[in-house]
Amino acid sequence: MSAKALLKSGRVVDPSQDLDEILDLLLVDGIVASIGKDISAPEDADVIDCSGLIVSPGLIDVHVHLREPGEEHKETIETGVQAAVAGGYTAVCAMPNTDPPIDDPAAVGFIVAEGRKAQAARVYPVGCISVQRAGENLAPIGEMVDAGAVAITDDGNPVMNSGLMRLALEYAQAFGIPVADHPEDLGLSAGRHMNESIVSTRLGLAGKPNAAEEVHIVRDLLLAELTGGQIHLQHISTEFGVDAIRQAKARGVRVTAEASPHHLVLTEEAVEGYRTEAKMNPPLRTAKDVAAVRAGLADGSLDVIATDHAPHHYDEKESAFEDAPNGLVGLETAIGIIMTDIVSEGVIDIATMIDRMSCGPARAFGLPGGTLSEGAVGDVTVIDPDLGWTVDPNAFRSKSQNTPFTGRELKGAPNRTIVGGRTVWTR
Amino acid sequence: MTAAMASSRVPALGKDLVGLEFLSQEQILMILDTAEPFKEISERRIKKVPVLRGKTIVNLFFEASTRTRVSFEFAEKRLSADTVNISASGSSVIKGETLVDTARNLEAMRIDMVVMRHGSSGAAKFLADRIPSNVINAGDGRHEHPTQGLLDLLTIRDHCDRVQGLKVCLVGDILHSRVARSNIYGLLKLGAEVAVCAPKTLLPSAIGDLGVKVFRRIEEAIEWADVLNILRLQLERMEEGYVPSLREYNRIWGVTARRLELAPQDLLILHPGPMNRGVEIDSDVADGPHSVILNQVTNGVAVRMAVLYLLAGGQPGSAEAAKKEAGA
Repeated sequence: MSAKALLKSGRVVDPSQDLDEILDLLLVDGIVASIGKDISAPEDADVIDCSGLIVSPGLIDVHVHLREPGEEHKETIETGVQAAVAGGYTAVCAMPNTDPPIDDPAAVGFIVAEGRKAQAARVYPVGCISVQRAGENLAPIGEMVDAGAVAITDDGNPVMNSGLMRLALEYAQAFGIPVADHPEDLGLSAGRHMNESIVSTRLGLAGKPNAAEEVHIVRDLLLAELTGGQIHLQHISTEFGVDAIRQAKARGVRVTAEASPHHLVLTEEAVEGYRTEAKMNPPLRTAKDVAAVRAGLADGSLDVIATDHAPHHYDEKESAFEDAPNGLVGLETAIGIIMTDIVSEGVIDIATMIDRMSCGPARAFGLPGGTLSEGAVGDVTVIDPDLGWTVDPNAFRSKSQNTPFTGRELKGAPNRTIVGGRTVWTR
Repeated sequence: MTAAMASSRVPALGKDLVGLEFLSQEQILMILDTAEPFKEISERRIKKVPVLRGKTIVNLFFEASTRTRVSFEFAEKRLSADTVNISASGSSVIKGETLVDTARNLEAMRIDMVVMRHGSSGAAKFLADRIPSNVINAGDGRHEHPTQGLLDLLTIRDHCDRVQGLKVCLVGDILHSRVARSNIYGLLKLGAEVAVCAPKTLLPSAIGDLGVKVFRRIEEAIEWADVLNILRLQLERMEEGYVPSLREYNRIWGVTARRLELAPQDLLILHPGPMNRGVEIDSDVADGPHSVILNQVTNGVAVRMAVLYLLAGGQPGSAEAAKKEAGA
């Protein structure tokens, strides 16, 4: 017997087909079978009433840290994908800065296998650029791609050696995958803990200037231009960085880039009082930078919203600011934050939000999904645009609770997450 | 315990002394005024009054310190508190215990006050937010060192009879200096004009936004200032490349007698110590007629007594009486 699901009367928003209307969506055997008005339910179909709800191609987060192997006290692949589906994500790309790092085909295979076993969101491994993420020699990129890697990155670390970055951008072209880089010039940022500004001066914390990120962004853009390679720039946080990417795109450079929810809504002031939950890398910056990241998201200079989901055990964040690790969990708050602070404020509309959270990520990383066209994978996110809720980290499915958004009242939340035609989570 | 301290009035300083940034001018003046009657105790033959009898105080030093730790200890002992010293090398910190566990353990032993020096900015606030005991910041990272700022203010006031309207320049490694921040906040609140002078590598990028003037060259600073507070240049700064060499630093930014001779007036010379003679300050300046470096040390004990007294609930106007009570 085939598995069928009919999503009735939802507002289908699919920017890949320029769709935004009340339609029915039929999924059969894990594939989008048809989309249209008044589709009659096959008799064995599971009929889901979506009236008042938004039906979106499944959300994809191209930047998450699932911490397994090696830091299972923070997150595991299983808890990470549970958090993902509870946040409305049907697929995530797992960063390779684990212990050991994902720098060979066996490790990639482990991520693929554990991801399948978890039976929730799809897990796409991202392999390392360099062996051991040491920034010296290329990892076996071709073999990792054969094993399932969808991109390469040394994330957590930038690739400091420009020669190595050039080689990666050239070599990866054989496999049609992007090279993702965490843009940060460590010479300007190592041993520093927040944005460099009057706030860092007052708090007595060593600051990272915007230039630490921008120098590296510009270098990567130049190398992508030089090689014709595909660069994906992670978590852009500065005004000049957004401008540089915008200009590079206009020149035809093959670049995609991320905006993280926290860089869209928080400024460095969140660090006041040495709040370690607001410690992240790149750091929260100024209102001017936030405005520029928003503008970049709106005009498409920044292609995707990626959470940089970075779980940490509460013990690790419960420390002096300088000793605390960087990052926040993001999978379960992203939709609410973006709908409340970005869509409601008119920075982007719902269709653009879905483009940046589903279609854009699928395009950037060459992934299945990002569309509800007939024959596409049956990955669907149903969103309740009117549901009000309060961020309560104790309710997270993630193993970790490190978020600066505790207690935020939000409007808009995932209602149902469907992966391969199968509902893996409902509210 | 004195009657004044046993009263239920709201403590004039709050629970902790984490920094000067969020104190008011009135609170700072109150501490300085309270320090005055305590100065005399250290001049007595028997240097002890029962103001903090029965209070237990832990001096928790995660970083090496001689001057500050000893100064606090004298202040505590002269006020009859029971004190325990914990230094990083002899404590479970080395064994990997976290700051929060250290705090909880201290709390479980029912102590009254913690004086803490820690290498991380914000560590004092971290501790203060987590334990009900009074916390006194004895220096946290490059953030603040409030009692040093207060004793510098007291020393300036002693010698100039005022702080208001004075031109005070902090010279040296402002970037890494907790003393600098506490001085800047305190001086500005008391109405001084404040400047800093250092190579730009040793200045925080946004220092001007704190409301201070910036001098690139020491000659300009000397010409402008009434008071120089000269900060230690740590050897590591040269190793980290902030300045090319200590010799060059002395040549360009060192406070020398020759340079001071060019000043239109005599300058009061402070240095929070420990000094690198021949680097940031020459011996003939450190030992010269306008140096009040040892007065700072003496005032340090009185200021810390005042802070301990006030945080313990002592009333500002009653210090003289508290001191005499129980007839030391």
